[in-house]
Amino acid sequence: MEQQLKELQNQALEQIAAAANLKELNDVRVAYLGKKGPVTEVLKGMGKLSAEERPKMGALVNVVRETISESIEEKQELLEAAAIEQKLAQESIDVTLPGRPVKQGGHHPLTRVAEEIEDLFIGMGYTVAEGPEVEQDFYNFEALNLPKDHPARDMQDTFYITPELLMRTHTSPVQVRTMQKHEGRGPVKIICPGKVYRRDSDDATHSHQFAQIEGLVVGENIRMSDLKGTLDMFAKKMFGEDREIRLRPSFFPFTEPSVEVDVSCMCGGKGCSICKGTGWIEVLGAGMVHPNVLEMAGFDSNKYTGFAFGMGQERIAMLKYGIDDIRHFYTNDLRFLKQFSVHE
Amino acid sequence: MFVSYKWLAQYVDLAGQSPQELAEKITRAGIEVEGVEIPASEMKNIVVGYVKTREQHPNADKLSKCLVDVGEEEPVQIICGAKNVDAGQYVAVAKTGAVLPGNFKIKRAKLRGEESNGMICSLSELGIESRLTPKEYAEGIFNFPNDVTPGEDALAALNRDDAILELSLTPNRSDALSMMGVAYEVAAILDRDVNLPAPNPAESDEKASDAIHIHIDAPKDNPIYIARVVKNIKMGPSPIWMQTYLMNAGVRPHNNVVDITNYVLMEYGQPLHAFDLDRLGSNEIVVRRAVEGEKLITLDDTERILSADQLVITNGKEPVALAGVMGGANSEVHDGTVNVLIESAYFDGQIVRAASKAHGLRSEASARFEKGVDPARIQAACDRAAELMVELASGTVLSGSVVAGELAIEPKRVSITLEKLNMRLGTDLQMGDVEDIFRRLQFETETKDNEITVTVPTRRADIMIPEDLTEEVARLYGYDHIPLTLPEGATQPGSLTSYQLGRRVVRRYLEGTGFNQAMTYSLTSAKRASEFALEHRAPVALSMPMSEERAYLRQSLIPHLIEAAAYNNARQMPSVALYETGSIYLNEGENVQPKEEERLAGIITGMWHEHLWQGEKKAVDFFTVKGIVEGLAAQIGLAERMTFQKAAPAGFHPGRTAEVLLDSESIGFVGQLHPTISKEMDIKEAYLFELKLDVLLNASREDLAYMAISRHPFISRDIALVVDSTVEAAALEAVIKQAGGALLTGVRVFDVYEGERMEEGKKSVAFALTYADPEKTLTDEEVTAVHEKVLAALKEQAGADLRA
Repeated sequence: MEQQLKELQNQALEQIAAAANLKELNDVRVAYLGKKGPVTEVLKGMGKLSAEERPKMGALVNVVRETISESIEEKQELLEAAAIEQKLAQESIDVTLPGRPVKQGGHHPLTRVAEEIEDLFIGMGYTVAEGPEVEQDFYNFEALNLPKDHPARDMQDTFYITPELLMRTHTSPVQVRTMQKHEGRGPVKIICPGKVYRRDSDDATHSHQFAQIEGLVVGENIRMSDLKGTLDMFAKKMFGEDREIRLRPSFFPFTEPSVEVDVSCMCGGKGCSICKGTGWIEVLGAGMVHPNVLEMAGFDSNKYTGFAFGMGQERIAMLKYGIDDIRHFYTNDLRFLKQFSVHE
Repeated sequence: MFVSYKWLAQYVDLAGQSPQELAEKITRAGIEVEGVEIPASEMKNIVVGYVKTREQHPNADKLSKCLVDVGEEEPVQIICGAKNVDAGQYVAVAKTGAVLPGNFKIKRAKLRGEESNGMICSLSELGIESRLTPKEYAEGIFNFPNDVTPGEDALAALNRDDAILELSLTPNRSDALSMMGVAYEVAAILDRDVNLPAPNPAESDEKASDAIHIHIDAPKDNPIYIARVVKNIKMGPSPIWMQTYLMNAGVRPHNNVVDITNYVLMEYGQPLHAFDLDRLGSNEIVVRRAVEGEKLITLDDTERILSADQLVITNGKEPVALAGVMGGANSEVHDGTVNVLIESAYFDGQIVRAASKAHGLRSEASARFEKGVDPARIQAACDRAAELMVELASGTVLSGSVVAGELAIEPKRVSITLEKLNMRLGTDLQMGDVEDIFRRLQFETETKDNEITVTVPTRRADIMIPEDLTEEVARLYGYDHIPLTLPEGATQPGSLTSYQLGRRVVRRYLEGTGFNQAMTYSLTSAKRASEFALEHRAPVALSMPMSEERAYLRQSLIPHLIEAAAYNNARQMPSVALYETGSIYLNEGENVQPKEEERLAGIITGMWHEHLWQGEKKAVDFFTVKGIVEGLAAQIGLAERMTFQKAAPAGFHPGRTAEVLLDSESIGFVGQLHPTISKEMDIKEAYLFELKLDVLLNASREDLAYMAISRHPFISRDIALVVDSTVEAAALEAVIKQAGGALLTGVRVFDVYEGERMEEGKKSVAFALTYADPEKTLTDEEVTAVHEKVLAALKEQAGADLRA
């Protein structure tokens, strides 16, 4: 009987190993472990055994059953894994085909530049001030030390609506309005972005509408060196840590002293077409707020001093991204706009 | 202002300073030098030649055959086409191998069978603009007026080897509108002396005051008028050095008398005028306002009709000059002039500006009067001109000047303490440093108790207040030496306002849905200015627009966005999604600042979704753009308060447009662009929205607060309703929500059907309803009770039956 059981086990294990699929394996299970299977048959014959042999034989039968059963399970796992593999192999796709597109728009390059500058100055404690684009002559000119018939008004050709109303020619009126709101008490620390308008014919370098961004700091003991330090930081953050600034004396009616600010060129001073061989690029105008401007806005110019600076957003964007024609900013060609959807 | 390096060197020692180095220093000290031009640098091998013989070219009527002595052993034969060439002339010759501007190389040539070894040059061939060349040589070759030697460098003789510095002057630095002003500036920069002329003309015994009387009728417009009389003038060309200096300064030479007045104008910055005394028509000068309608023919032979706000010089009867702008033709100096009156005066800047503007006449003279001339130079300039007329025109100067009116020469005194100066600049200068800077500028100073008082010469009218002194110190000390610091004192954290933050959120949201931000012009045409306006007002108009296209202020962002979409459609970009945030301008009446409202608008056309290889394609439709607007409302916490109602505003498709409301306030529209306009603009089916961004961002919002997530399951009930076709889904939803009460937590439309399986005039709308209670698990009975109420309300209020 023992011999018989051993043979049975060997036969079963052979058939399990030979089973090619789950069905064949199941047939083996039914054949050997089923109610009518040979192992059950052996058990039926146990009644003929002696009381001593019976438990021994019973144990042996159980070992054979378990051995076969374990083997079937092992084989089953293998076959199942193979079946899944085969199914997955059939489900295979070409992963190089394009994915389902998710549309993503982007900022206009001028917004990009403006937000970058705003954030940079917010980090230095500034707030962002805005104001009307249609202004009173007073805020656009007179309060900025540009009385009527001042020869410097020729510098900015203006779109007038009535003799007293005009399209603002710079964002400086926002500075005046903000100073007035402070009622003579400092400190004032603002950055003013916005659209401005001048009577220019549109071409590659001129636009009747463009965008500026200006800064103003008014406080006790504000120095020219503070302006220089602030703009140096601006140039480094905006254009690169290796950049430097250079101040050249200039003239604006609303600042005294007034300066033009150059940033060193990315060519490193070797001279290129952008800096026209000088190593420097003119980027913005600045100066110490003229005492007349402080006084007209309600500040005591003996107690308070201040600095202001202003630049064209288009100019910064053109330098930063290498854009060659100012009209691109207002044409809204998607082939232009989409290039600025990328986050740097 | 064009500054000749050679001319400047007469006043300041420029030794060791190349024109380029000098230009850089002037720029860094405050006057921008836009360029340095050395005309001779693009020319070579051009010499003085002497035309020994001239004869007619045997084979060409218009050509001359000349033998020219160019300083070599043998004269050379040159064929010349100029009409005015003749034997006995000293001319400029470009020899074989010479180079002229534009890299024009002169080679030996044969012209109609005759050999030509070079070219006799006109001034324009030597790079002088034709507007600057003397009229007599404008059409032909140039003749040297005085002794030159054949073979010598013609470019040097013509001062073409000079360096010309182009100064770009800011309005405050009109002091540098003269060679003397530039000399002071350069002397201060280089810390060198200034050597200026001290005119002292030899005078005859005859008194000028016997020859002319002057009366000023308008002392405010003309506080001082100085005249000198020079007799027995010999008219002729001025010497070549003067002509070339003038041409290098951008002034055309005429004759010795006119050239002298222009030379002194450039030298002193004081405009002068020379009248032919014998053609003046009287022996008096009366300065007065013009009579309205009075006429004057000016030097350019144009009749000018004058008005009472213009100042004229008269001979007591009729105008002989428009003061400070241009002389009259009737008293002009000409070839036969013998006696001359030199005018040197101060005319008020505004009256000159107005006259020059009214007549479209801007001259070197008017430009200087407009900025204000130096009172201290009026007499000296007059003397200088008289002296030069003796020297260069053999004139006799009558004794004395005739002076009418007076103008005080009062230098201003401005003070500043050392402490304040250092505080303003952030520097640590000593008083000695400051004094030294003013010494270089030739300003007198006085120092007392750490305060410096500067006496500012009248030539520097721009210096008026202590801050102006700070600027002088800063620019000459050098901005490079000012340290880098940051403002001191308490700093507050910077931030955006919630409005500004909201605007950024809106932009990012729209960009996340595929829109690109556009920027269009605020100025537009009359037609566009009123299209798509949410309010009907007359658009704000510019008083003097540059074009009809940009004459009005926009009242909607949509018209220019449509143009932008059309632009892209026309360039093989059928799918366009653009948005813009920006101001529109509402007329509030004459002379009142328009109301500016910030708007948000968008346009979308073409495909919303496209995934070609999987065959997915979805064109944009009304619900695309509505979904975007609803998503925006959700993004900024206003989803519950935004509703849509059918509307048909101008420009939109009347059946596919909704008015957008926030609470009950109308804040804009969303809908399809009217197909007629689509066709007109040549764009595909397009959808638009424009919303009052300011209202959206200013709407009060509740602070965000967390609500506990329910642990109890919800129960769904779907219903399909049959209603009249005209019943709107929103109305049904409202009924459901009201009847459902607190337990109803969700209502969604999941199917709409209208068609052959429905009765005529009816449609089916199916809703998925969800019921839940955050406190407990609802029983079927509880849900059924509420659901029955909902169905009853639908039947009663909307006539809705459950679909069988």
